[in-house]
Amino acid sequence: MPEKTYIEAIRDGIREEMQRDERVMILGEDVGAKGGVFGVTEGLQKEFGEWRVLDSPLAESLIVGVAIGAAMNGLRPIAEIQFQDFIMPAVDQIISEAAKIRYRSNGDWNVPMVLRSPFGGGVHGALYHSQSIEAIFAHIPGLRVVVPSTPYDAKGMIVAALRDPDPVLYFEHKRAYRAIKGEVPDGEYTVPLDRARVVREGEDIALFSYGMMVHASLEAAERLAADGFSCEVVDLRSLRPFDRAAIVASASKCGKVLIVQEANLAVSVASEVAAIIAEDCFDSLDAPVMRLGGPEIPAMPFSPPLEQFYLVTPNKVEAKLRELAAY
Amino acid sequence: MALTVTMPQLGESVTEGTIARWLKHPGDAIAKYESIAEVITDKVNAEIPAPADGVMSELIAPEGAVVPVGQPICSIDTGVAASDAAAEPQAEEVPAVATTVAQSAETPPVAQAAPVAKAVPAEPQPGEETAVAPIQAAFTESPPATPASGEAAGGNGQAGGFHVTPAVRMLVREHGVDLSQVTGTGIGGRISKKDVLEYVQRRDASAGSSGAARTPAAVPAPATPPALSPAQAPQPAPSAAPSPGPASAAPASFAGAEGETVVPLSQVRKAIAEHMVRSRQTSPHAYVMVEVDMSAVSQIRDREKAAFEQRHGVKLTFLPFVARAVVEALQRHPTLNASWSDAGIVVKRAINLGIAVALEDNLIVPVVRDADRLSISGLATTMADLGARARSNHLKLDEIQGGTFTLNNTGALGAVMTQAIINQPQAAIMTMDLVVKRPVAVGDAIAIRPIMNLGLSFDHRINDGLQATRFVTSVQKLLEGLDPSATLV
Repeated sequence: MPEKTYIEAIRDGIREEMQRDERVMILGEDVGAKGGVFGVTEGLQKEFGEWRVLDSPLAESLIVGVAIGAAMNGLRPIAEIQFQDFIMPAVDQIISEAAKIRYRSNGDWNVPMVLRSPFGGGVHGALYHSQSIEAIFAHIPGLRVVVPSTPYDAKGMIVAALRDPDPVLYFEHKRAYRAIKGEVPDGEYTVPLDRARVVREGEDIALFSYGMMVHASLEAAERLAADGFSCEVVDLRSLRPFDRAAIVASASKCGKVLIVQEANLAVSVASEVAAIIAEDCFDSLDAPVMRLGGPEIPAMPFSPPLEQFYLVTPNKVEAKLRELAAY
Repeated sequence: MALTVTMPQLGESVTEGTIARWLKHPGDAIAKYESIAEVITDKVNAEIPAPADGVMSELIAPEGAVVPVGQPICSIDTGVAASDAAAEPQAEEVPAVATTVAQSAETPPVAQAAPVAKAVPAEPQPGEETAVAPIQAAFTESPPATPASGEAAGGNGQAGGFHVTPAVRMLVREHGVDLSQVTGTGIGGRISKKDVLEYVQRRDASAGSSGAARTPAAVPAPATPPALSPAQAPQPAPSAAPSPGPASAAPASFAGAEGETVVPLSQVRKAIAEHMVRSRQTSPHAYVMVEVDMSAVSQIRDREKAAFEQRHGVKLTFLPFVARAVVEALQRHPTLNASWSDAGIVVKRAINLGIAVALEDNLIVPVVRDADRLSISGLATTMADLGARARSNHLKLDEIQGGTFTLNNTGALGAVMTQAIINQPQAAIMTMDLVVKRPVAVGDAIAIRPIMNLGLSFDHRINDGLQATRFVTSVQKLLEGLDPSATLV
């Protein structure tokens, strides 16, 4: 199987699905001629033409609004928001329209739209290019929110998202684009949108994370393995809906739990996972459920040492794991 | 018709009240709006008016009971024909009250005081409460009881030095493990799930031949929490974790020796005692005192007091001058307007000045909210109003909560030197003693000046002598520096 980067895997998935399904189209800022600021859609306009890969004005509300309308009228649009930080003007369209149309129309209408957006920090993006605000959308019934962490999942999940009849928010960690490589099969396959995956089996501590934090967690888990502690690493992959059964299975098995995310902790994905565990795994817990996330600071700073301070690193995960192991 | 009277909402944040005294008893005739009971919330008393004319038929909540807002306290026979439907819900409500009654027997009236005292029925109360005492044990929900029951299940004699996680508790139940036999490898010797599993593996391996394998019979008592059914309750909850709190410090019963009489403790007395002991145990108290030359204040007061009283209807005392100076000094020294927390010192933006009011049988500290927004006149009228209503038991609960600093006018009682106990969770309490004319050296001459001792008791965790003294001298300078010719609005 060929090894590909995360960004190539997303592009492959989109390209193949565009070849198979004429309804699939892309719109967003600089997605056409430039091929996207990160290059996700590179070459696609040349291959599929200006009407299927559409450069939009700098107006996120318009991008999502047009995508909703196109989806309701039979297309399969991918709306790209250049940075998750810029999604705010479109939040009304996403939360108040896309998420609610099926419910509001009693199932007569649906919005088969995919919204792609890069998130996360660690690339010296500073305040306006580093945020992780997935929890806002994970809160909203009517949406799917997925965060693939590997190239394999990136391709399989973008295809699955394009075939899903309802709005899917597909968030890509921008640091993963070129840093994460992995085997990606040629040709057609999908990865389910609502299943977590055990990426490393273990028995002592269950580690839940998503996006780049899966990789930080794996690295930390390896370091503990050297000392005889076995950590189970679970990639949540879907933040709405959560794969409750998978969360409960791993948490119950290990009895000790650490949830790792890049976003700050208050009212977040980690909060919800902890709540699920508290509700369903109480009798299996052998330690307090622990969480690790960004600090309660309004934004990721630009200064490299301050950015390092802000980020959740393998060292920080390791320290937390050792705390749990010793408990 | 029997009309059920419920505990009224006595203030915005009030959730329960203690029946201090029934003013009407079964058989008494009642006029609408007549007071039927005195209710204590925290330290303030309120009277409950009758909702209708009638005759008191039943006191559902006894004196001393803590009753949640909205729960029935008594029923009044209004003499109107009863409808069947109305009677039913009442029957259901009664057990709910019984629960609260059971708790109240051991719960001091001050809500914050509850956690420690609640855990253990220290002693069966003489008289009517004995019947409910076992039920209290059954209803005890406080955390200390849980590990105790877990240990009982494990049958070990350790005195609660470690806690047992749910996972370990499940394993104990499943495998019939005696936890005293298990060596803990977790932090502080905590027994982890792994420790139990390894123990079980070893035990079962060695016991396998003798046939005495994992039988739950090894467990002397069921590991379930104390049963809720009264049938199981009568065993008086054994020595469930001796309560270290102040409430248990008092001996259980005390028969006065010859020549001694025992004055029964009122709810208020218990509340004050609990608060004082807790404050002294919580905060390391340190003290600082300065003398204040009250000449300027005296001159202003002497000149203004007649007009002031005419204008505002209240007497002009030294208190509002000192209160104003305290507020200004707190603005300059915010760590005196603060509370201790393990996470850090919580500095309060609002300055809510508590003014201690001494009553014959009570101590009340009504609070002047946002005292920094009031002038000397505003403080004088506000404090006079709060003081008058404190004396007539007409304070709302919100008026005695949320203080950030307390001022105690000990001079009003004639004291010249006092060391007060901090009103928790505040950082300090200030006492202003009697203004006394004293000969003092002014330059090289001796003059007669009105002098007041100004004392501060402060929590040494939050401030050191440096900050405390700076604060007190700030108050002193502000008072001494007043313009004697100033007029009050």
